[in-house]
Amino acid sequence: MSLTGFLAALGRPVLRALAALGRVAIFAGEVISHLFRPPFYGREFLTALIQIGWLSLPVVGLTAIFTGGALALQIYAGGARFNAEAVVPQIVAIGMTRELGPVLGGLMVAARVASSIAAELGTMKVTEQIDALTTLSTNPMKYLAVPRILAATLAVPVLVAVGDSIGIAGGWLVGISRLDFNAASYLKNTTDFLQFWDVGSGLVKGAVFGFIVALMGCYMGMTSGRGAQGVGAATKAAVVAASVLILASNYVLTEVFFSA
Amino acid sequence: MIELSGVHKSFGENRVLRGVDLLIPKGQSMVVIGGSGTGKSVLLKCVLGLVRPDRGTITLDGVDVTKGDRDAFLARFGMLFQGGALFDSLRVWENVAFRLLRGSLKRPKAEARAIAVEKLRRVGLKPEVADLYPAELSGGMQKRVGLARAIAAEPEIIFFDEPTTGLDPIMSGVINELIREIVVEMGATAMTITHDMSSVRAIADRVAMLHQGVIQWTGGVAEMDATPDPYVQQFIHGRADGPIESVR
Repeated sequence: MSLTGFLAALGRPVLRALAALGRVAIFAGEVISHLFRPPFYGREFLTALIQIGWLSLPVVGLTAIFTGGALALQIYAGGARFNAEAVVPQIVAIGMTRELGPVLGGLMVAARVASSIAAELGTMKVTEQIDALTTLSTNPMKYLAVPRILAATLAVPVLVAVGDSIGIAGGWLVGISRLDFNAASYLKNTTDFLQFWDVGSGLVKGAVFGFIVALMGCYMGMTSGRGAQGVGAATKAAVVAASVLILASNYVLTEVFFSA
Repeated sequence: MIELSGVHKSFGENRVLRGVDLLIPKGQSMVVIGGSGTGKSVLLKCVLGLVRPDRGTITLDGVDVTKGDRDAFLARFGMLFQGGALFDSLRVWENVAFRLLRGSLKRPKAEARAIAVEKLRRVGLKPEVADLYPAELSGGMQKRVGLARAIAAEPEIIFFDEPTTGLDPIMSGVINELIREIVVEMGATAMTITHDMSSVRAIADRVAMLHQGVIQWTGGVAEMDATPDPYVQQFIHGRADGPIESVR
């Protein structure tokens, strides 16, 4: 292979990736611009809020309680190496609120919501329902994407807050039942230690993750290829892209919020 | 009156429309025929602005369709999609009254529902159907609901994309008759895309044949059988031999 051929082969996927990134950015910009311009579809927003927020509570809650419990056991076992078993309540609290609550909550919502949005909108696209919306003088972006993305951006921080509480409760349960902590002092140590920004930063992350999840679901669904295979590919791409973007943006946000 | 002049559209290397010129006079029913994959649906979507042509102009009553108020433009159209394109999450009456429940044509809910039930009756469906979801209906019923939705806001122009595809001959006949009756009753301009010759004969005032990205022939439905055009003759008689290549 010649040098030009090698460079072309190297450059082609990079250009494709940049073009895809540009298309997602334009899509996101369009969504944001529609947030502030009527008409607003309240019923679609409320439906999305229930679908994304309320119905994700069980999966986020279960993830949080087991994570909080496991975290308590790990910190206790690890801390024992340098006689720091007593820090379990504080580390569980900070770990859940700053990192595990938002990230695991975001990933669980990505698995549940990005896939369902992409599959739903992808099916609507291949069955011409999105074209039908346009012919009925309804902007698909406004009617389908904006309510879902707004609902996810508002609902995921609430899910994160609930997940944080349940995760800390999971750590507390394991702490008092398996690690011989005193119930009241465990709670006191947690509340005394936590600062507003520990929780607040996690909620901001939740909002960003919610936006990413619904954005990728809507984008992949509305640009889905033809047929069952196209919808399947869009669904898979939505979950993968949302998950990777959640982890990448989590690092960036942590740098912004906590680096000295 | 809808006029298309030199409309081109390609998808990558595939040149689907290669200079379509077509005139659809006001109040007439134009049926565009042609083989599968010849770009009939693309042509229709170009008029509605769902697909942007690469070149050429499309005008409605002399005004370029890409200029002016898009909502006002779309409010003049009704469209029956090939698969119905009904919204799964909405009840039948909400599908039919979709345009009447939001936007510039918004009416009170009870009035919109009453209009939807009346339109359903017009296409031969009982009021009980109004509260069902699309998934609970047969293919023929879904087509009728799609037709009711297309006419709900009394549009001046109605497009029908393969209205009888996937239906049995009797149901196809019923849908063809309904389309003809409704178009005549409303005095609407209609454009139908089909390769079903029974639809052509039932619906059309004029026929245009799209082949290799251009309008190969156009004329009155009565002239269709007599035309010596070998493309039209091969198509309407369904012959394997002729100028239109067929893949075996």
